[in-house]
Amino acid sequence: MIEFRNVSYHVNGVAVLKGINLRVLLGETLVLLGRSGSGKTTTLKLVNRLLIPSSGEVLVHGTPNQTIDVIRLRRGIGYVIQDVGLFPHFTVQRNIGLIPKIEGWPEERIRARVDELLQMVGFDPGMASRYPHQLSGGQRQRVGVARALAADPEILLMDEPFGALDPLTRDELQREFLILQQRMQRTVVFVTHDLREALRLGTRIALMEAGELVTVLTPQEFLKSSDRWASAYVRAFGEGLESAANRGTS
Amino acid sequence: MNVIRFIVENRSQVLELTGEHLWLVGWSTLFAMVLGVPLGILIAHRTRLDKLVLGSANVIQTIPSLALFGFLLPLPWLGARADRLSILALTLYALLPIIRNTYTGIRGVEASVLEAGRGMGLTESQLLLQVELPLAASVILSGVRIAVVISVGLATIAAAVGAGGLGEFIFRGLAMVDNRVILAGAIPAAVLALLADFGMGWIERWLKPR
Repeated sequence: MIEFRNVSYHVNGVAVLKGINLRVLLGETLVLLGRSGSGKTTTLKLVNRLLIPSSGEVLVHGTPNQTIDVIRLRRGIGYVIQDVGLFPHFTVQRNIGLIPKIEGWPEERIRARVDELLQMVGFDPGMASRYPHQLSGGQRQRVGVARALAADPEILLMDEPFGALDPLTRDELQREFLILQQRMQRTVVFVTHDLREALRLGTRIALMEAGELVTVLTPQEFLKSSDRWASAYVRAFGEGLESAANRGTS
Repeated sequence: MNVIRFIVENRSQVLELTGEHLWLVGWSTLFAMVLGVPLGILIAHRTRLDKLVLGSANVIQTIPSLALFGFLLPLPWLGARADRLSILALTLYALLPIIRNTYTGIRGVEASVLEAGRGMGLTESQLLLQVELPLAASVILSGVRIAVVISVGLATIAAAVGAGGLGEFIFRGLAMVDNRVILAGAIPAAVLALLADFGMGWIERWLKPR
């Protein structure tokens, strides 16, 4: 689905990513876990070409993404970021319907799609004519997810989407994400620094440190891993992780 | 009052000069927008150029207005007609607020909004037309508003090179040492500036993103 082949990324001669080799499988949620500055977001942005690798290549659907028209590539990949980035001058409805509209969908189909998506992400469609500043943080991110799914992309990139939310809202959105993902089976790359979130949402966890990919493990393996960085994470987060790895809510 | 009576008695001439005044301000504002908004957009995207462009527009602003009209006088095509020359001079003065506000407005669009827009596959021109310009519109318009108010005042100088406008009365009154005549030019000019300011302010509020 997505494949990184020996990808490095430099900024002013400084290596931000060093020789990343990684394969994201069809329908899985791959979590990129790591601390600030470890290169998770950079890795994510290489997929939709917000950044271009200094060497190596990124394959999307088996094709090097540099050879795909960048606009087509991005429209086939949903993108959700922590700050959401809703268009403040558009209503919820227009925010979600923008790409379908640009793609020339008929008005009725757009409206039906917006309603469907809002229901999917647990947002009252009666509030579709509101502006982003009239919404709470959790509602905004729900709209952000709905917007990313608007054109029915096969791939979803999520950059700490729930990082700015309060714990209760975050828990709600994580739970809804699991239900949604069970239904949709999209290929998701999910960036977080929160181990609990990684264990709960990830099919596999790719651990990053200082621009390198340390290891890729399932949540169960991660907890038992003797890897230096993985065990450091587990120690830092302490107890209650087992239940998180079992998709619990504690 | 004497001034009022003078204006009423000479109303056809006051109206004619007001018309000329508006002609000068209207064209120069239009040209300054046609030039200044794209330049502002350009330097907001290519920030290497911002100091150069804003600096140049700043320098123009520091040239005393009477001197600028004088400098332009010997130019071949322009110097031949006083209204062309005046429109150019006023355009140059109107550039700074328009370029600067366009630049500020576009730079003020939140980075996360642009990133999300790019990430979802908007082209750069879609991003500009659908996102950046609508969000910057009220700031750009307040630049135009400042430019118009400045121009209405400055356009009185145009009479010094024979381009007409309400400055005619002011210069004539100065020569005649007659306050009534000076005020017959100055009062309508001030009223014009206030009306323009009020009208543009109203449009600006209407354009403001929620």
